[in-house]
Amino acid sequence: MISFVLRRLASAVPTLFIVVTISFFLMRFAPGGPFNLERPLPPQTMANLMATYHLDQPLWSQYVSYIGNAVTGDFGPSYVYKDNTVAELIGKGLPYSMELGFYALLLALVGGVLAGTIAALRQNSALDFLIMSVSTMGVTVPNFVVGPVLTLIFAITLSWLPAGSWGDGSLRFLILPMIALALPQLAVFARLTRGSMIEALHTDHIRTARAYGLPARTVVITHAMRAALLPVVSYLAPAAAALLTGSAVVETIFTIPGVGRYFVLGAINRDYTLVMGTVVLIAIFVIVFNLLVDILYGLLDPRVRHD
Amino acid sequence: MTLAKFNFRTAMLLGSILIGASPALAETVLHRGNAGEPQTLDQAHTSINIEEFILKDLYEGLTIYDAAGKIVPGAAESWDLSDDGLVYTFKLRANANWSDGSPVTAGDFVFSLQRVEDPKTAAGYANILFPIKNAEKVNKGELPVDQLGLKAVDEKTLEITLERPTPFFLELLAHQTALPVSKASVEKNGADFVKPGVMVSNGAYKLVAHTPNDSLTTEKNASYWDAANVKIDKVIFYPIDDQAASVRRFEAKEMDLAYNFSADQLERLRAAHGEQVHVSPTLATYYYAFDTRQEPYSDVRVRRALSMAVDRDFLAKEIYSGSQLPSYSMVPPGMASYGDPSKADFADKSQLDREDEALKLMKEAGYGEGGKPLDIEIRYNTNPNHERVATAVADMWKNTFGAKVSLVNLDVSSHYAYLQEGGKFNVARAGWVADYADAENFLALSLSANKTFNYGHFENPEFDALMKKSYEEIDPTVRSKLLHEAEALLMKEQPIAPFLTQADLWLVSDRVKGWQDNAVNAHLSRFLSVSE
Repeated sequence: MISFVLRRLASAVPTLFIVVTISFFLMRFAPGGPFNLERPLPPQTMANLMATYHLDQPLWSQYVSYIGNAVTGDFGPSYVYKDNTVAELIGKGLPYSMELGFYALLLALVGGVLAGTIAALRQNSALDFLIMSVSTMGVTVPNFVVGPVLTLIFAITLSWLPAGSWGDGSLRFLILPMIALALPQLAVFARLTRGSMIEALHTDHIRTARAYGLPARTVVITHAMRAALLPVVSYLAPAAAALLTGSAVVETIFTIPGVGRYFVLGAINRDYTLVMGTVVLIAIFVIVFNLLVDILYGLLDPRVRHD
Repeated sequence: MTLAKFNFRTAMLLGSILIGASPALAETVLHRGNAGEPQTLDQAHTSINIEEFILKDLYEGLTIYDAAGKIVPGAAESWDLSDDGLVYTFKLRANANWSDGSPVTAGDFVFSLQRVEDPKTAAGYANILFPIKNAEKVNKGELPVDQLGLKAVDEKTLEITLERPTPFFLELLAHQTALPVSKASVEKNGADFVKPGVMVSNGAYKLVAHTPNDSLTTEKNASYWDAANVKIDKVIFYPIDDQAASVRRFEAKEMDLAYNFSADQLERLRAAHGEQVHVSPTLATYYYAFDTRQEPYSDVRVRRALSMAVDRDFLAKEIYSGSQLPSYSMVPPGMASYGDPSKADFADKSQLDREDEALKLMKEAGYGEGGKPLDIEIRYNTNPNHERVATAVADMWKNTFGAKVSLVNLDVSSHYAYLQEGGKFNVARAGWVADYADAENFLALSLSANKTFNYGHFENPEFDALMKKSYEEIDPTVRSKLLHEAEALLMKEQPIAPFLTQADLWLVSDRVKGWQDNAVNAHLSRFLSVSE
C-alpha cells in the first residue's frame, strides 16, 4: 500500500511538470498581454513594465526561470493584482473556497446518496419520479440561473438571507452559495446512486442475504450500499477537486472571496503567473483526490488490491 | 412581578434617553459598492476608477474634486502660478497630517512624484505627469530622478516647475497617480506600505481591513485636517464585478451605493427605485475609428458618409435605453474649461437628411450600389453591448449603401493589442475616458505623432499645427478657441466617428445625503452623510 502511494506521488511530478509546461506556452500564444488594457499604455510605460516583470526576456529564459522559481514555491507576482504575489492571492482565497466547497461536497454527497437510495428502493414510484425529475433539473439548470433565483427569493423578496459576501463567515452567508454550488453535483450523485443501487439490489449476494431473512435495513445499508457506492466514489474525485478549488460562477454571483474566479480572471487579464498558479493548484487537487479515491476503492471493493 | 415590570420599563426609558441624547455614539457606516476588486492600492500602479474611489478616500492630493466635480484645494490650501505659466508654488495646509500623526510635508510630495516617474517603479500612469519638467526624460531613464522639476522650498512649500505651460495641470494633480505617499512609511515598509495595519494615509479615511474580493474597510482618520466635518465613521467598499450581483445586493439593502449596472436594467430599476437611480453623463466617448491608411477609408467622403449613416439616437435609446447620449463630437460636453464642443456639421440635420447626403457622398466617391463594392469589417472587443451596437451599425450601412458588413470580435486585451501594434483594419470600436477634464486629452488621440492611440493613423498637418499652437498658448480663452478649431477640423474629416457620450450609472440609496452627479465621476465619501 505504502509503495503504491509513493509510486503514485512520484508519477505526479512529471504529470505536474507537463501540465505546467503546456499551460505556460499555451498562455503565451494568446494575443495581447497583461498590460494591454482597454486603455492602452504609452510605449515608454509599457517598456518599463515589461522590463520590471522580465517579460522582455526571450520566452525560453522566462520559462526556465519560472520553473526554477516554482520548484522553490515562488509562483511570482500577479501582473494584474500588483500588490500581491500569486501565492498570497491563492493563500488568501483558498480557505474560503475550500470551506464553502467542503460544505457543498458534504451536502451533495449525503443528499445525493440519500435521494438516490430512496429512489432506488421505491423504483418507478411517484417519489422516484419526483427525485429523478428534480435531479435532472439540478444537472440541466446551470448555477448562474439557480444562484440569482435563490437570491431573488431568499434575499430580496423574503430578506431571510444575505444576497452575497462572506460576511463574518457564519452559516447564513454560506447557505445560498452552498446550495447553488452543491445542486448540480447532488443531482449527479443521486443519479449514480440510484442506478448502481438498483443494480446491486438485483445481484446474487443480495438475493442470498434476503433469502437468509436478514432485515431489509441491514441488506441495504451494509451489503447493497457497499457495491452501490463504487461509481459514486469514483465520481467523488473530480467532484471534490472541482468544488474545493472554487467555482468562478458561484463566487462571482455571491461575491465570495475564493480562488475560483482567479482562473477565469487570470485568463481574461493575461495574468500569466496567476493562471499558472491556479493550474498548478487544480492539478494538485485532481492528482491528490484521484489517489485518495483509488485508496478508498481498494477498501470498498475486495476485487481491487494495491500491492 | 410588578417590580420586574417596573425595572423593565425603567431600563427601556433609560435606554431610549441614552440613545436619543447621544446620537454620536452610533457609528455611521456607508456600504459602498465598487465595480470590482482593486488591482492595487499603490498610487504608482493604479489605473482604474475602482481604485480611484478607494485611494481618494484614503489619500488627499494637492488639488481635489469637490462633491460637484469642481477642482478645489486639497492638501494644498493655496497656490500661485508664475507669469510665464511655468512655476507653481503650493502652500500645504499647516494642519495636514498623516494618519500616524506626522505632518504632510513638501518632501513627501517630492518623494511621491519622483517615485512615480522613476523607471524602476514602472508606474502605469507616469505619462500623466509628463508636463512636470524633465518627467519624460526621467521616466525614460535619460536623467536621474532628482532632475525632476520639484523642489521642497520648506516643510510646507512645494515648487513645481513645468516643461511648458499646462493649463490643465491642476486637473492632473487631482488624478490618483498624483496622490502622495508617506516617504517615511514607504522607505520603511517597501511594497508592503499598501497593506492594512501598515498603510499611512493623509485623507479623510484610513485603511483598517482588506479581504480581496470580499470587502475593504476604511475608518475615519482622526488626524485628517478636516476630520470635524467628516460625517461617516466607516466606509466599507464591496468589490463586485458582476453587475447583476451588485444590483441584487443594493436591492437587498446590503449596499447604499452601487456603481455600474447593465443598461437594460435601467427601466426596471427606475420603476422600482425612482430617484435612487442616477444616470450621470461622464467625460467618455464611444467611437469608431476608420483605418485612414487604406482605401476607401482614406477618402474623407467615405468616412463622412459612413459616419452620417449611423443613427446615434437609435444606439442611445434602443441599445443603451438612454443610459448613453448621442454624440457628434470627440470631446464630451460638461468640461468646464472647454464649454460646448465643436460638433460635426451634420449634427443638426435630421437622420433622413443625413442619409440622403451620405448616399450622395458615397456615390461621388464611387462606392456602394452602382459603384465599387463596399466590404466593411467592424472590429470590436467582446461585450454584449458592443456587439449590439456593431450589429445595428452594420444594418444601417447595409440599408443605406448596400454594403457588405462583417463583424469580428476579440477579447479586450487582444483587440487593443492589435490596434496599438498598428494592425490594419477597416473600422474599429474604441472608447476614451478622460484622464483629466481637458479637451486636449481627447484631441491628442488623433495627433499624427500619437503612435499608440491614433489607431487609424490619421495624418493631418493642419490639425497637428492647431494642436501645437494650443500647447504653446497660455491664455485660456485663446487656447480654448484653438482647441475648438482643431476639433471642428477633426469632425469635418471624421477619421473617427463619435457615437455616444457615456454615462455613469449609480444606484444611490435614500439614506445617502450630499450626493451630486458630476461629469468627472468624483464622489469622495467625506462629502457624503447617511441618515438612519
